[in-house]
Amino acid sequence: MAFYIVQFLTGLASAASLFLVASGLSIIFGVTRIVNFAHGAFYMLGAYVAFTLTERFSGAFGFWGGIVVAALAVAAIGVLVEMVLLRRIYHSPELFQLLATFGLTLMVEDLVVLIWGPDDLVGRRAPGFKGAIDFFGQNIPSYDLFLIVLGPVVLGVLWLLFQRTRWGVLVRAATQDRDMVAALGVNQKWLFTSVFALGVFLAALGGALQIPRDAVNHAMDLRVIVEVFVVVVIGGLGSIIGAFVAAVLVSELNAFGILIFPKISIILVFLVMAVVLIVRPWGLFGKPEAPARRTPGLTVNPWRPLTMNERLAAIAVLVVAAALPFVAGNYVLTVGSEIAIFVIFAVSLHFLMSVGGLASFGHAAYFGLGAYGVALLAKMAGLPMIACLLLGPLLGLLGAAVFGFFAVQLSGVYFAMLTLAFAQIVWSIAFQWVSVTGGDNGILGVWPEKWAASPSHFYWLSLGIAALAVVILRIIVFSPFGFALRATRDSPLRSEAVGINGKRIQWTAFVIAGTVAGLAGALFAYLKGSVFPDNMGISLSVDALVMVLLGGVETVSGAVVGAIVYKALNIWLVSQTDWSKLVLGGFVVLIVVAFPKGIVGTLEAFLHRRRKSSSAASPVLTSRIETAE
Amino acid sequence: MSMAPTLLSVEDLTKSYGGVHAVRGVSFELHAGEILALIGPNGAGKSTCFNVLNGQIIPDSGRVKLLGEDTTGKKPRVIWRMGVGRTFQIAATFPTMTVRENVQVALVSHGGQLFNLWASTARHARDEAGRLLDLVGMGAYAERPCGELAYGDVKRLELAIALANQPKLLLMDEPTAGMAPRERVELMRLTARIAREQSIGVLFTEHDMDVVFEHADRILVLNRGTLIAEGSPEEVRGNAQVRAIYLGEGLLYDARHREGASA
Repeated sequence: MAFYIVQFLTGLASAASLFLVASGLSIIFGVTRIVNFAHGAFYMLGAYVAFTLTERFSGAFGFWGGIVVAALAVAAIGVLVEMVLLRRIYHSPELFQLLATFGLTLMVEDLVVLIWGPDDLVGRRAPGFKGAIDFFGQNIPSYDLFLIVLGPVVLGVLWLLFQRTRWGVLVRAATQDRDMVAALGVNQKWLFTSVFALGVFLAALGGALQIPRDAVNHAMDLRVIVEVFVVVVIGGLGSIIGAFVAAVLVSELNAFGILIFPKISIILVFLVMAVVLIVRPWGLFGKPEAPARRTPGLTVNPWRPLTMNERLAAIAVLVVAAALPFVAGNYVLTVGSEIAIFVIFAVSLHFLMSVGGLASFGHAAYFGLGAYGVALLAKMAGLPMIACLLLGPLLGLLGAAVFGFFAVQLSGVYFAMLTLAFAQIVWSIAFQWVSVTGGDNGILGVWPEKWAASPSHFYWLSLGIAALAVVILRIIVFSPFGFALRATRDSPLRSEAVGINGKRIQWTAFVIAGTVAGLAGALFAYLKGSVFPDNMGISLSVDALVMVLLGGVETVSGAVVGAIVYKALNIWLVSQTDWSKLVLGGFVVLIVVAFPKGIVGTLEAFLHRRRKSSSAASPVLTSRIETAE
Repeated sequence: MSMAPTLLSVEDLTKSYGGVHAVRGVSFELHAGEILALIGPNGAGKSTCFNVLNGQIIPDSGRVKLLGEDTTGKKPRVIWRMGVGRTFQIAATFPTMTVRENVQVALVSHGGQLFNLWASTARHARDEAGRLLDLVGMGAYAERPCGELAYGDVKRLELAIALANQPKLLLMDEPTAGMAPRERVELMRLTARIAREQSIGVLFTEHDMDVVFEHADRILVLNRGTLIAEGSPEEVRGNAQVRAIYLGEGLLYDARHREGASA
């Protein structure tokens, strides 16, 4: 019995940090409507800065002072970020905000390694809380008890701040209706900045307070952000009480999940999240979100199939690409195969994201499932390559069918967070279920059969499948189903009113996208000859998002162009610099801020303008209106 | 009019939010080809009534029947399939598609082709979409992006979409809200003409009394959740209780018409 109580207390102690970070995220979202992906990065920065400060300054004052100063310093960085970056994207669609703050996260990860080095750093114990307390033969670190008390104290302080101060009243008002608050003469800019500072302070404090418990490392940002997303999905975005209750719930589920499913403890959290989502899609304490914003000023050219000339041009490009093996060496062909595979992956996400309006932040899960499907079939069942390529992606289909069912119940940022959490769950299963997946060591020796083994043959295979995937998905885009999917994206209200079952349509689209991503993963397993948990990692999911974004979210062909340009750049970059995440992150931020239409979108807009100026016969363009939904 | 079959019958509808009765014991009928206006001051329960009819709200009690079939509590998309078209107070269309594609989506749905992954939508029911657009006077705009239309045209497009399933009943929530006065008259004339030609029953809510008295065959007046008057425009205009509620608007209407008569 004592053991269970100790386990319970450990869970409560973990909840404290999680609550600090989650409440910060919730407060920022409440006022600015930005889901700050970089919140995990600020948490990590808090830990690193606190580590340096507490090492430098000795004694109790040095330690506790160091923690508070670290949180304040990171909050100051947060203010800078808000003023320089976020102020430019407050009116962008959620997807762009998530991506920009994700780019920031990537940059911080490399910066942290640059400054503090790649090794884990073990901080010192908290003065006054170094020992443990004996509880019926079980030890409880006294620092845990301190954290257990701290959580409710912070909750109370936040409550007083929001209920009893003028600033708090303004924040609550802005959370309900920020336009009205602005109309009443409140300086929104500084309100937003101060809210962001508070949120970042909480995240950094959460990180700093972790150093006596855990080693500081450069992967802690993603770990915490996934947990925080789960917490806010369960608790409800924008609710501080929700963040507290859900943080306790998730931490306890983790603490006891280890006892029930030692290998895959995260399953328990997932099950609870699934139940909450079915019963209360907006979280235990959340409110339904407002409809998603559209990009302002982004004139949407109606999509059309390729004209005959454009089709011929596409075929010509394909023929040129197919001639590559006659001029290029093996390395180039391997790169070419990889690019073709990523074209498949990118178009599958494009289908979900651009056509369906569902920006998945965990699309790599289905890519990785396809890869593992192939690896398991080839190694365990010993099936021939063709059979593996056909059956492997079915694992992606299965995963997409299960996770997609829950994910499409939500939309916008909730959808993004949920898909990310699902992907992370799949990743940790691959990582932890060592007996089947080989864990971190992956599954090796998945080589193509003789007919496809040479680089040129494999290149042709990849290119052919990529062309097929692109053509099939394009046909679906312009099929009745594709239109129904776009209709659901454009106006859920109108599509329901013309008899369209939006959820069913979106679920089907999710399954199609997951299967095609699984196909890409299947090829990738053969290309690399192995599969690893990283084949379903977050960075791969983000690669896909960036490819679609770079090509142009609101175009039909953007994903293909984006995938080719991005993957080529990426492979080159990785060979050139050790700080690829830094460059990549900067690149992502730059696209979002300066180049939101992407390559194809910019090109289309340019051609559109030229066509319009040349045909001055129709000057009747009426003013554009925002069609409501 | 009484010869036409009963299209819609609403029986004893009640819906309350907390302690507030939004709608209390409302009953009425609507016949094929009839244009029925539902009016009342703000907060009278018009929107609640409307949203019950199209399936967005489930009533506490009471029943809605369409051609004898119970539709109470059914989802909007199911009610649409039973032959109810609707337009929204703020027009809801698909802004990234062309005008024609907007109508084609509705036709695809009506034709049961939603999960067809292979056919070309561009060729699907192209002429039928064109015919519907001609009907509402939008034929010339068929290839225009919907997002570029003026609001009055968006409203007409919405009407074409609502007609795509050959509805027996059309529900229009403040059809002329946000439109210029001349566009209002045109849209309602168009609606009335289509309703008579195709024998569609129309139920609409409206704040503009000119529109109501000019186009409605019959008027229902709601106040504080209950039906206080029902009848022809003349009967309703003469009703003392309605006058009391609609003092300003009612007087304005009469005054304008008197001016018109003496001029």
